[in-house]
Amino acid sequence: MLSEPAVRIRGLVKRYGPKAAVDGLDLDVVTGSVTSVLGPNGAGKTTTIETCEGYRRADAGTVRVLGLDPVADAARLRPRIGVMLQSGGVYSGARADEMLRHMARLHAHPLDVDALIERLGLGSCGRTTYRRLSGGQQQRLALAMAVVGRPELVFLDEPTAGLDPQARRATWDLVRELREDGVTTVLTTHFMDEAEELSDDVAIIDGGRVIARGSTEELCRGGAENTLSFTGRPGLDLGSLLKALPDGSAAAELTPGAYRITGEVDPQLLATVTSWCAQHGVLPHGISVERHTLEDVFLELTGKELRA
Amino acid sequence: MSAGTYTPKPGAAPLTRMIAAQAAFETKMLLRNGEQLLLTVIIPSLLLVLFSTVDIVDTGEGRAVDFLTPGVLALAVMSTAFTGQAIATGFERRYGVLKRLGASPVPRWALMAAKTLSVLVTEVLQIALLTAIAFALGWSPHGDPVSVLLLLVLGTAAFSGLGLLMAGTLKAEVTLAAANLVFLLLLVGGGVIVPLDKFPGGVASALGLLPISALSDGLRDVLQHGAGMPWGNLGILALWAVLGLGAAARTFRWE
Repeated sequence: MLSEPAVRIRGLVKRYGPKAAVDGLDLDVVTGSVTSVLGPNGAGKTTTIETCEGYRRADAGTVRVLGLDPVADAARLRPRIGVMLQSGGVYSGARADEMLRHMARLHAHPLDVDALIERLGLGSCGRTTYRRLSGGQQQRLALAMAVVGRPELVFLDEPTAGLDPQARRATWDLVRELREDGVTTVLTTHFMDEAEELSDDVAIIDGGRVIARGSTEELCRGGAENTLSFTGRPGLDLGSLLKALPDGSAAAELTPGAYRITGEVDPQLLATVTSWCAQHGVLPHGISVERHTLEDVFLELTGKELRA
Repeated sequence: MSAGTYTPKPGAAPLTRMIAAQAAFETKMLLRNGEQLLLTVIIPSLLLVLFSTVDIVDTGEGRAVDFLTPGVLALAVMSTAFTGQAIATGFERRYGVLKRLGASPVPRWALMAAKTLSVLVTEVLQIALLTAIAFALGWSPHGDPVSVLLLLVLGTAAFSGLGLLMAGTLKAEVTLAAANLVFLLLLVGGGVIVPLDKFPGGVASALGLLPISALSDGLRDVLQHGAGMPWGNLGILALWAVLGLGAAARTFRWE
């Protein structure tokens, strides 16, 4: 039996004044999965997440988190979720370790704080107070605060914004460990590689709605075409090659001897091309298959103009 | 950390432990803050010592320390419940601390209860220090401790309401400036070190309606003159408390 989704959003609408930040959004988050929410600035990512966290009241639609209403059942929901805000959330005069210890004290079965400090490299913060920590240290502290209460579900709003590559990797590793241990994660990000690395599921939001969703694999396969390039002797009979390929494929000789095939490039198509080459005594070299990245798909769906 | 470390095991700590931890943490943050200590400890102590020993202000009949100690105790209550609380809470709001704690297992009413507890703990420390200084200067208090306690509690409630009203509606920087300004103005015009009868009659009776005047005047009636229950001043403080806390509850914004 499939378990109930960790998050279930139907027809969510949230307006600020006359402008709808979220405009009829549907989203399910599978329990135990990592789901990335992508979208340009102002797409409605944070508003959606903050509605799930109980900070915003939906103007229309329903939101259920762990089966509960985030506003009406807040008291029962809050101990079960972990929250990482986009910024802030810590007393400016507090040290990292004491803030984390304090958050731990608010929970019944917190993680071992010393181990968590070690794990996220927060030991180097020493006696420095929050306002003097580096951006990366502040981000890692916020992440630690989100997981210290051993939640079932964590919401991470741009968890790696402003981190150096090492700290990003450390954050990714932690998200993977959370997943292995059965914690559901919902994160927003602007980094496509992050979404590709981490997520079981990706939801692309624009204009307050989900405009595409699925695994990275599914998103990259659908919509955009992929290409296969190779080099051979000039002047091959492309008409004959095309007959061997599935409908919807195209072939072109870009410069003499440089060929490009576009279409749904799958293992079968590659085999068809190489066997056609074999039949025609052609030794193709420099064969390369270029798949569309999540970034290509994202830009294709959301356009290239700059947002707010 | 090994496999299974993060296996979910959620749960809120017992309510009393959350409130105690929150109150202890906020008190620690406050005592660590230099500007707050200046307002809550150093200024009241200095005023008490300076004006008791040097004859700058005419404090009327009797010894200066007997006049000044009740006023300085009132000032101490105002510095913590109003100025300190307004500034600290304003910046907690600004830096998303209130928002973040709003997603923690601590209910919002418990956050407020912890704040009150933290204010009371700080006041106990202040009063212990200031009365010790006063005794060293030869202070001899009179009166009923119950009246004193009631005045302090209602004064704290009145100042907390006004402080939270400010912190929950204004920008943190505005709160910082305004709370300090109000502190200064009330220090001078609230019967703390300057007797209200030094002001012209109409002005004096208007100033007498301020919470700081009601508190310092009430404390002085009891501690200096051994008066009975100061109902008038208690009434003024109660009214401020109802108005301030009511307005704060209706307008407080957490973000």
